[in-house]
Amino acid sequence: MRILLVEDDPTVRAFVLKGLREAGHVVDEADNGKDGLFLAVSENYDVVILDRMLPGGIDGLRILETLRGQKNATPVLLLSALADVDERVAGLKAGGDDYMTKPFAFSELLARVEALGRRGRPESAPQTRLVVGDLEMDLLSRTVKRGGEKIDLQPREFRLLEFLIRHAGQVVTRTMLLERVWDYHFDPQTNVIDVHVSRLRQKVDKPFDKPMIHTIRNAGYILRAD
Amino acid sequence: MLLRKVRCFGPLLKRRLRWPIRSAGLNFALAYGLVFVISAGAFLSFIWWNTTGQLDHQVEVAVQVDALDLSHRWAQGGPSALSLAIQDRLDQNVDDDELYLLVGPDGRKFAGNLPGWPVVITRTDEFYELAIKRDGFRTNAKMHAYPLTQGFRMIVGRDVRGRQLVRHVLTDTLIWAWIMVSLLAAGGALAIRRIFRQVVRSIARTTAAVAQGDLSQRIPLTGNETDLVGQTVNTMLERINRLMDGVKQVSNAIAHDLRTPIARARARLEDANRTATSAEELHAAIDRAVMDLDRVTSIFEALLRIAQLEAGARRAAFTVLDMRPLLEGLSELYEASVEDAGLQLDFRAGAVQPVNGDPHLLQQAVANLLDNAIKFAPPGTTITLSVGMEGERLAITVADQGPGMSEDDLSRASERFFRAETARNTPGAGLGLSLVQAVMSLHGGSLELKAGQPGLFATLLLPVVPAVSRKG
Repeated sequence: MRILLVEDDPTVRAFVLKGLREAGHVVDEADNGKDGLFLAVSENYDVVILDRMLPGGIDGLRILETLRGQKNATPVLLLSALADVDERVAGLKAGGDDYMTKPFAFSELLARVEALGRRGRPESAPQTRLVVGDLEMDLLSRTVKRGGEKIDLQPREFRLLEFLIRHAGQVVTRTMLLERVWDYHFDPQTNVIDVHVSRLRQKVDKPFDKPMIHTIRNAGYILRAD
Repeated sequence: MLLRKVRCFGPLLKRRLRWPIRSAGLNFALAYGLVFVISAGAFLSFIWWNTTGQLDHQVEVAVQVDALDLSHRWAQGGPSALSLAIQDRLDQNVDDDELYLLVGPDGRKFAGNLPGWPVVITRTDEFYELAIKRDGFRTNAKMHAYPLTQGFRMIVGRDVRGRQLVRHVLTDTLIWAWIMVSLLAAGGALAIRRIFRQVVRSIARTTAAVAQGDLSQRIPLTGNETDLVGQTVNTMLERINRLMDGVKQVSNAIAHDLRTPIARARARLEDANRTATSAEELHAAIDRAVMDLDRVTSIFEALLRIAQLEAGARRAAFTVLDMRPLLEGLSELYEASVEDAGLQLDFRAGAVQPVNGDPHLLQQAVANLLDNAIKFAPPGTTITLSVGMEGERLAITVADQGPGMSEDDLSRASERFFRAETARNTPGAGLGLSLVQAVMSLHGGSLELKAGQPGLFATLLLPVVPAVSRKG
C-alpha cells in the first residue's frame, strides 16, 4: 500500500516509518502540516496517517477537512495525544476513518492501517458469500460451512467470524474487535474478547485438523487460509 | 457653546468631586459627626420653633385680653379712666414687661411707659415686633395698636426679652452640642479605626501566613460582626486544606503506582541489556517492559478520564437511554469470560424507565463492576447482574459471592488508588470504582456498596427521566 505519514515527532515518525516499510508498504513522510497537505492533495495514497497536532499553522484536522472538502475519500487515520472522547468524536466528525491515541502499540497501528487500506478498495458488487480457504460464509442465509461441513454459530459469533473473514490475512486487534463487532468503546480489564475468540475457535478450528484463527502475540488475531 | 464648556469642565469637576480622604475610619467619623450635627440641629430647631411659637402665642393672647379690658375702661370712663387703669397696671407689673401707650388725637402722650409713638406702627390690625429703647436700654417688644374713639389711640405690648433668652440658650446648646459631638466623633473615629485595623490586621496576618504556605492558620473569632468575614475565610481555608490533602494523597499514590511499573520496566531493560545472552531473552525482556509501560499508560488514561468526569464537562453525549438492551449486550459480552472463570452470570431485568446518560460511560461503569466481580468471586459461584426500579431511581446491581469488603474498606472503596488488603495480590490499580463513582456523579446518581452474605453488592442508582419530559 502507498501510505502517507504526517507526524512531527521524529522518534515516532521514524518508528512508524520503519515498521510500515518492514511490513511491505511504500511510505511517504512529512513533518509539518504544509508539506503533509501538499502531498496528500497531489499524490494518490491508500491510507493517510495524520497527527492531530502539527507545527506550521496547519494541523491534522485542517488537512483532513481540506481533503474531504475536495471530495478526496482516502481513508485517514488520526493520531493524537488527546485521549478525550470528545476529541475523538471531533476527529471522526471531520471525516476521519479511525482515531488512535498516543502512546500506541505499533501492531495496533499496523492492523488498523491495513484494515483501512482494504476498506479503501471498494468491492464491485455487494458480496453475499465470503470464502477463505475451505471456510465459506453465506451472508444471506447466515450459514457457515467449513470443508462442506455446517458450523452452528450464535449471532455474535457469526459477526465475529464475519469480521475476521473480511479482514482475512490481516491482524485484527482486541480493541478493533471490541469496537467493530460489539461497538464498545471502553477498556475491559478482563479478557472478554479472548474468551469469545476461543469459543469461536472451538467451533471453527477444533473439529478440523488445521487451525485458521491464529493468535499474534502482543497484537491480536489473524484468520488465514494456510 | 455652553455644552462645550460644560464638557471641558467635566473632567475638572470630576477630579474635584473625588473624595480626598481614603481612611475608612476617618470617613466614618466625618459621616458620624455630620449626621449628629444635622440631627441635633433639627432637634434644637424644632424646640426653638415650638417654644418661641408658644411664647409668641401667649404674648399675643395676653396683649389682646389686656387691650379688650382697657377698651372697656375707655368706654366706661374715657381718657382719664384709661390713664388711671394703665398706670395701675404698670404699678402692679413686677416683671416690668408690659408696655402701654395712650395718645390723644394730636399725638400727645396721656399715659404709658413708652417714650412715644413708634413711627413704624401705622396699622391697627397686626402685631409689630421691634427693637425699642426703654429706660436707657434696648430691648425687643411685640406691640399692637388699637384705635379708640375721639381720635385717641392706644398701644399694648410686651417686652419679649424672655424669648431672646430662650434663643440664646438654644444657640449655646447647639454650639456646645456640636463641639461635644465633634469630639465624640473624633474619638469614635479613632476607636473604630483601631477596631478596623485590628480586624483587618488579624485577617491579613492569617492570610499572609497561608500565602506563605502555613495552611493550619485560622482567623480568631472575636464575637463581633467581622466574624462573618473570618468565618468565611476560615471555611475557605478548610476547603483548600481538604483539597490540598486530596491532591497530596493522589499525587503520592500516583507517584507510587506509576513509579512501580516504570521502575520494573527500567530494571528489566537494564538487566536484559547487561545479562541477556540471546535475542530471545532480550525480546522477552523488552516485551515485558512494554507491558509495564502499557500499564502506566492505562493508569494515566483512567486518571485523566476520572478528572474529566469530575470536571463535569462530558455531557455532550447524553441521550435518553433504555438501560435494558444496553445491559443485555454487556451481559452477553461478559457471559463468555464469566463462564471461562468457572462462574455463572445471572441477568435479571425488571421493568425500567429510561435514564438520561452517556451510553459508553454507563457501559464502562457496569463493565468495571463486572470486571471486579469476576476478579474476586471464587469459582463455582454466581454473579448476578440485575436492573430494576428502586423508588424513583433506576438500580443496576452487580452482586458476587466473593470475599466482599470490610465496613472500613467499603467507605474508602471509591477513593483513587485504594486497594483493600485482600486485593493486594490481584491485578489492578485501584481506579475502577473511582471511575464508576465519577460516572455516577456526572449522571446525578450514586454508587452504593453493601456487604452481602457473603460477597459484595455494588449498586448504581440513576435518576430516571421524568415522564412529562419523555412525552415532550
